[in-house]
Amino acid sequence: MIHQGKKVIWSDYQKEIPDDHWFYARSCIRQNFFPASEKYFLKITKELLGKAICDNEHHTTCGGIAYHSDTIPQETAMTIIARQFAIMTEAGYENLVVSCITSFGNYNETIETWREFPELEAKIRENLWKACRREFKIPKYVAHASDLIYRFRNEIAEKARYNLIDRHTGQPLKIVEHIGCHYSKMFPHKGFGGAEYPCVLSGMVESWGGQIIDYPERRHCCGYGFRQYHVKANRGYSLSNTYKKFESMEPYHPDAIITNCPGCPYFLDRWQYVISEQTGKTYGQNGYGIPVLTYEELAGLVLGYDPWDLGLQIHQVAVEPLLDKIGIEYDPEAKYLGVNKEDILRPELPTNLKCH
Amino acid sequence: MKENVVIIGGGVAGLEAARQLLSLGYMPIVVERKKSLGGHVAQWNRLFPDMTPTKDLMERLIADTAQANIFTETGIRFINRLKDGYNVMLTNGVNIYSKAVLIATGFGLFDARKKEEYGYGVYDHVITNADLEQWFNGKEDNRIPESPQSIGFVHCVGSRDVKSCNSQCSKVCCMTAVKQAIELKEKFPQAEIYCFYMDLRLFGKKYEDFYISAQKDYGIHFIRGRVSEVSERLEGRLQVKSEDTLSGKPLKVGIDLLVLMSGMVARDENSEIASMLRIQTDSDGFLKSRDNIYSIIESERPGIFFAGACTGTKTVPETVAEARAAALEIHNYLSR
Repeated sequence: MIHQGKKVIWSDYQKEIPDDHWFYARSCIRQNFFPASEKYFLKITKELLGKAICDNEHHTTCGGIAYHSDTIPQETAMTIIARQFAIMTEAGYENLVVSCITSFGNYNETIETWREFPELEAKIRENLWKACRREFKIPKYVAHASDLIYRFRNEIAEKARYNLIDRHTGQPLKIVEHIGCHYSKMFPHKGFGGAEYPCVLSGMVESWGGQIIDYPERRHCCGYGFRQYHVKANRGYSLSNTYKKFESMEPYHPDAIITNCPGCPYFLDRWQYVISEQTGKTYGQNGYGIPVLTYEELAGLVLGYDPWDLGLQIHQVAVEPLLDKIGIEYDPEAKYLGVNKEDILRPELPTNLKCH
Repeated sequence: MKENVVIIGGGVAGLEAARQLLSLGYMPIVVERKKSLGGHVAQWNRLFPDMTPTKDLMERLIADTAQANIFTETGIRFINRLKDGYNVMLTNGVNIYSKAVLIATGFGLFDARKKEEYGYGVYDHVITNADLEQWFNGKEDNRIPESPQSIGFVHCVGSRDVKSCNSQCSKVCCMTAVKQAIELKEKFPQAEIYCFYMDLRLFGKKYEDFYISAQKDYGIHFIRGRVSEVSERLEGRLQVKSEDTLSGKPLKVGIDLLVLMSGMVARDENSEIASMLRIQTDSDGFLKSRDNIYSIIESERPGIFFAGACTGTKTVPETVAEARAAALEIHNYLSR
């Protein structure tokens, strides 16, 4: 591997990210799958880095899942997006930062479509006006939330309490990065590093002391794919995609996986349980799985936030081996205590995947 | 005193035209921006279909043009149109008056790094057709393993590719891939060789014979399907994903060496030359001929002629034929 070759490509795919003043568009599923990730994105950007980020309760889903599953037409999806833009405009913001990769892709697709077909934009403006009497400006900048963390990765490194070094060996932790398909595969110039060798997550990992693993199925879909998982008959295909990735990364012995999409961490995490039940195989050390983290969770860990406040107990794959390698202090007894220190009950344990 | 004819470009087209103009009694002045003559072809080792050593062709061309006035490492500073000719100022300070100017600036080679999914410049064992010819010429290349077990060729890299803004067929790559695959099989008999192609365009004399021989005599596998991505395995082998469109199945192959058939593209400098001479470039970026059937070697401006791949992708025999035709056309023009 010629690392310099990747750097040359990365230099072609850099984008301007305004320093401040963002309107935050949340994800409809991330808050269920990884409940603390968005909270900690806001905590890190607003409280730690002092940025002005508007978190507005009036915005809705972007309609992305319905759009990609062919249950709503493009015009409807665009009108939903137009409403999000209207709420952003009303709040006085021009920069949109998006939590979800699917939404990020949809916002970009909509803006690019309007650029190519202005008559469609006019029609959507009319639709929105008829539906809710709102008007909007197209955002000046659309960034994914991982773009902002990438932009501020060195500031985070300066404030970090831990780095991604195995304290037992002194070696950098080996991290697999998985980029959501709609981050840059649709519009390579909208993502840091382009479509083939994106650097948005690898940049974070390297800034925080870890080492990125480039394995053969790196670009492969996580297995979610709307028409794979959401169509029940296709779920075997979803699982086989994830299985292919784990078989490919296994020889590199990764310590963790970092992701920037709502679906990817969920499926890379949960399917490890299913694979272990079906085949008896686990991919981590000593019967554990490979912990799968969102970039906010990984940022939160290096910054020293409590793993259970970051919601890591919600993961299927146990994160304790990773915490031990980094040297993060945690209270095992507090893992299943909720915000009010009430017991949130323990999950049933898998047959083969070690989880405690 | 012999009449000057300025020839811009010292590749096969420029040298062959100079040779012909010398025999017609003119003084060709060849302006070549590089240190050596011969252009892209001079970098090649052998030429199909007769496996002619390129060195022989180049030596002959250079010997036959010894009487011409040749400036290497020289560019064109500007060209002014006069009443009945052109004033050509070279970067070395020489000023030439010529009633006719022949443009023989050739083509550019597609930069394979732009097809990022193939990993040229990123993975250790990905090379181009041009790199391979250099290796055939004796240049060391540590990207080529000592004893590869499997070798892949990817056709149409940057040609017939709208995403790369090059819709034109590069014409010579299919045959070059067949030639190079045979040559590598001769060097590495144990290696399995795969050619990934969209469709094979083997139009020239003996080309089809080469293709049949590659399959029958050398056991080279031809797979109709585009490569979707290349990645590197832990042990350093490449993993190539493609589709075999004839069997309708996806394909994943472990490869020790991957050769990308970089296509011929219009030179970046074409627009500069065109604006200097007030001629046009075509929609594909190559220089625009007066028409593409009867007057391909003529521009729309009197006294400006073309030869070779500056107007589009050409084989070496086509280039040689055009150079001769251009020399004759210049002679006719100057004899009026």
